[in-house]
Amino acid sequence: MQLNGGQALIKALEMEGVDVMFGLPGGAILPVYDPIIDSPIRHILVRHEQGAGHMAEGFAHATGRPGVCMVTSGPAATNVVTPLCDAYMDSIPMVCITGQVPFPAIGTDAFQECDTIGITRSVTKHNELVTEAQDIPLAVRQAFHIATTGRPGPVLLDIPKDIVDPKNPRSHLDWHWPTDEEVRASLPGYRPNTQGHPRMIKQAAELMLTARKPIVYAGGGILKARAAEALRELAELCGIHVVTTLMARGAFPDDHPLCLGMPGMHGNYTAVTAMQQSDLLIALGSRFDDRVTGKLDGFAPDAKIIHVDIDPAELGKVRRPDVPIVGDCRLVIEELVIAVRDLLDGGAAFPDRQGWASTISGWQEKHPLTYEQSEPGEALKPQFVLERLRDSTPDDTIVASGVGQHQMWTSQWWRFNHPYTFVNSGGLGTMGFAVPAAIGAKVGRPDRMVWAVDGDGCFQMTAQELVTAASERIPVKVAILNNAYLGMVRQWQEMFYEERYSEVYLSPDLPDYKLWAEAMGCVGMRVESPDDVDAAIQKANEIDDRPVVIDFRTDSREKVYPMVPAGLTNDAIIVDPSQGEGGR
Amino acid sequence: MSMATHLPGTDIRHHTLVVLVENKAGVLARVAGLFARRGFNIYSLAVAPTEDERFSRITIVVDVASSPLEQITKQLFKLINVVKISELDPRDAVERELMLATVRADAATRSQVIELVGVFGGRIVDVGHDELTVSLDGEPHRLDDLEDLLRPFGIVELQRTGRVALPRLERTPGLRPVRRSA
Repeated sequence: MQLNGGQALIKALEMEGVDVMFGLPGGAILPVYDPIIDSPIRHILVRHEQGAGHMAEGFAHATGRPGVCMVTSGPAATNVVTPLCDAYMDSIPMVCITGQVPFPAIGTDAFQECDTIGITRSVTKHNELVTEAQDIPLAVRQAFHIATTGRPGPVLLDIPKDIVDPKNPRSHLDWHWPTDEEVRASLPGYRPNTQGHPRMIKQAAELMLTARKPIVYAGGGILKARAAEALRELAELCGIHVVTTLMARGAFPDDHPLCLGMPGMHGNYTAVTAMQQSDLLIALGSRFDDRVTGKLDGFAPDAKIIHVDIDPAELGKVRRPDVPIVGDCRLVIEELVIAVRDLLDGGAAFPDRQGWASTISGWQEKHPLTYEQSEPGEALKPQFVLERLRDSTPDDTIVASGVGQHQMWTSQWWRFNHPYTFVNSGGLGTMGFAVPAAIGAKVGRPDRMVWAVDGDGCFQMTAQELVTAASERIPVKVAILNNAYLGMVRQWQEMFYEERYSEVYLSPDLPDYKLWAEAMGCVGMRVESPDDVDAAIQKANEIDDRPVVIDFRTDSREKVYPMVPAGLTNDAIIVDPSQGEGGR
Repeated sequence: MSMATHLPGTDIRHHTLVVLVENKAGVLARVAGLFARRGFNIYSLAVAPTEDERFSRITIVVDVASSPLEQITKQLFKLINVVKISELDPRDAVERELMLATVRADAATRSQVIELVGVFGGRIVDVGHDELTVSLDGEPHRLDDLEDLLRPFGIVELQRTGRVALPRLERTPGLRPVRRSA
C-alpha cells in the first residue's frame, strides 16, 4: 500500500489504538493534520500547546493508556517542554509528536526551527528525529512500546515536514506495520526487567514475617503497574499498615482500616511518624523523594528497607535497600503474597504486633487532621470547601489539582477510595496543571464526574483551556480556592521569611473569575459564605453540558498543617499552629 | 593535561566504563548529556565503531567515588540506545592511549629529545627547524612519564586521545570467572 508520511503517521496512531489526541496545528505539522479529517481519531484543538501536553497526561493518569499530543515545530515544541518534563518526573506514558522544518533546512535557523531533540532529550524517556518516511510506522511502534513498558514515560517523535508532505517525493512510502519481533530487534538496548528475583522475594517475605513495626510505603508505581488489588491482598494478608504518597493516593483505599494516608512534608502525623518509627519499610513503587523523607540522615533511622521498583536506578539512589527487588510492582507483589503464604504454610507466624497497632491508633486519635471553622462573616476555610465537595460528589469522582496549598489540602481532605481518582503534578510541581489535566481525564473517562480543585494563581496559568472544554463539550468542573495569594509561597514567607510578603499578592477579584468563566463559555459562580457552598456544588453537579467554575473566596491566612519544615527531619513535624511555627 | 599525573591506576576515584551503544546520530550527546545533568565529570572519552558496524564502543574515564558511579551506570543503562555497560578494573584490563606532542628541540637539545623518545619506544613523526613532533602509544602512565620528562624542553602543543580498554583475556583454559548477568 502506497501512502504519504502524514497518512502513515495517522494510520500508525490508529493501529496503536489511539482514539483521541490533543493538539494544535501549525506550519511544519500541517501535512499530518490533513489526514486527521478522514480519521476516526478525535482531535481536541487546544488553545495553548502546554494544555495539549497536560491533557494527554490527565488522559493517561485516568485511563492508564498513553496520552497523545501533537503540535508544530519551534515555539509549539518549546511549549510542550513543561508537560514533557512533568510526565517524565511522574512516569506518565505519553507520546508527543512535533513538527520540524524540512530535513534539508535543519540547522539553518529556518522559520520556527528549534533543536527539539536537543531541548527535550533530558525531559523524555526517549526521543527520536525521524529522517525517512519509510521509518514512520516503526518509530511510532517504538514510541508506544517505550512509553508504556518498563518505567513509563514520555516519548517524543520529531517529524520533518518533507517526509510527511505529499507534494514532496521524500514522503512516499510502502506501508509496513512492524511485528513485535521487529520492534524488539530494533531496540537492542531496551529490555525492561519485570520479574523480581526469586531469592530477593523470599528474603523480603522473611523480613515481613519477622518485623514488629512494618509499614508499606506505597508510591505511584503501584498505580502505573495496576497493582492496587495486589497491594490490598498483601497488606491484608500481612496486616501491615500502608501509607500512600501524593502520587499513590487512591492506590490503597483511604477508608481501609490499614490505610494511614499521605506521608511527607504535609503528611498527617500518623503516616509520618509511623514511617519514622518503623523497623521495616516496604517501599513499593516509591522513590524516597525529598518531600517524603525530609532530612535524609534522620529518616526512618531504625528501618530496614525492602525496595521494589521497575527502574533499577531507583534502588539505592537515595537510601540503600536491604532487599532490592527490580521488577513490575504487580508481579512482584503477587510473588510476595505467594512467598508469605508459603512461609505461613511452613509453620511460620507473624510476631505479635498488637502494641504497634495500638500505638498507631493512639496517634490517629491524638493527632487527627484539624482546622478551625471560620467565624460568621469571615472568609471560607479551604478545608471546609473540600469537605463539602468530597461529601457532595460520587465516591469515584476524579479530582485533578494544581500545585500548592490547594493540592495539599485536596490530598489531605479528600477520601480517595478508588485508584486513578487523583490526578496531580507531583515531581515537577507544575502550577496550572489542574484545568487541562482535568479536561484530559474527563475525555478519557466521560462516565466519571471530574472536578479540578485549583488555586487562583494556578488557574490564571492555564485557564484558557476552558475555552477548549466549552467548545468541545467537555463538562469538567473547577473549584478555585481563591485566597488572593500565591498561597504556598505566602505560607513560607510567613513562617520562614519573617512575614515579609514579597510578590505574592494576586487580588481576589482581579480578574473577576465568574465573568472570566462566563466569557469562556462556562457557567460561573461565586461563593463567599459557608451557607452557600452546598447549593453551588449541587448546581455545578447538575450541569452536564458545559464546564462550571466556582470561585470560592477563601481565607488567605490559612496554612497547610501538619508541616515538616524544609531541611529538618520528620521528627520535627508541626501538627498545628499552636506548636509554633517551626523554622530553624 | 596537568591532571594526568593523578590518573595512574592507584587512584581509586578513576573508573573506566566501556559502553556499547547503537551507532546512531545523537547517541554520544545523550551519553555526555547524562553525565552533565547528573553532575559528573568526564575525564577522558574515546568513541569509535566496533567490529559490528551497528554498534559503537565508548570508553569513558570518570572521576567519581564508587557509589555515585553505580548510580551513573544505572542511569546510563536506562538510555534506550545503550546496549551494554562494563566497568573495567585497571587490573583486569588492557589499556592504551596515544599521545602526540610537539616539543622544542633546537640543535643543542634535539638529540636528547630523540634519545628520550627512543627509550620510551615512541617515534618522531615530524621534524621542524627547532621543533619535533613525537608520538607515543602505550599504557596511560607511560604517557604521563614521557610528558613529564619532555616538559623541561618546552612542550609547544600536546594532544592525547583518551584511553581505550578491553578486558584481559583468561590465561587458564577452562577456568572462567563467575560473572553476573546485567
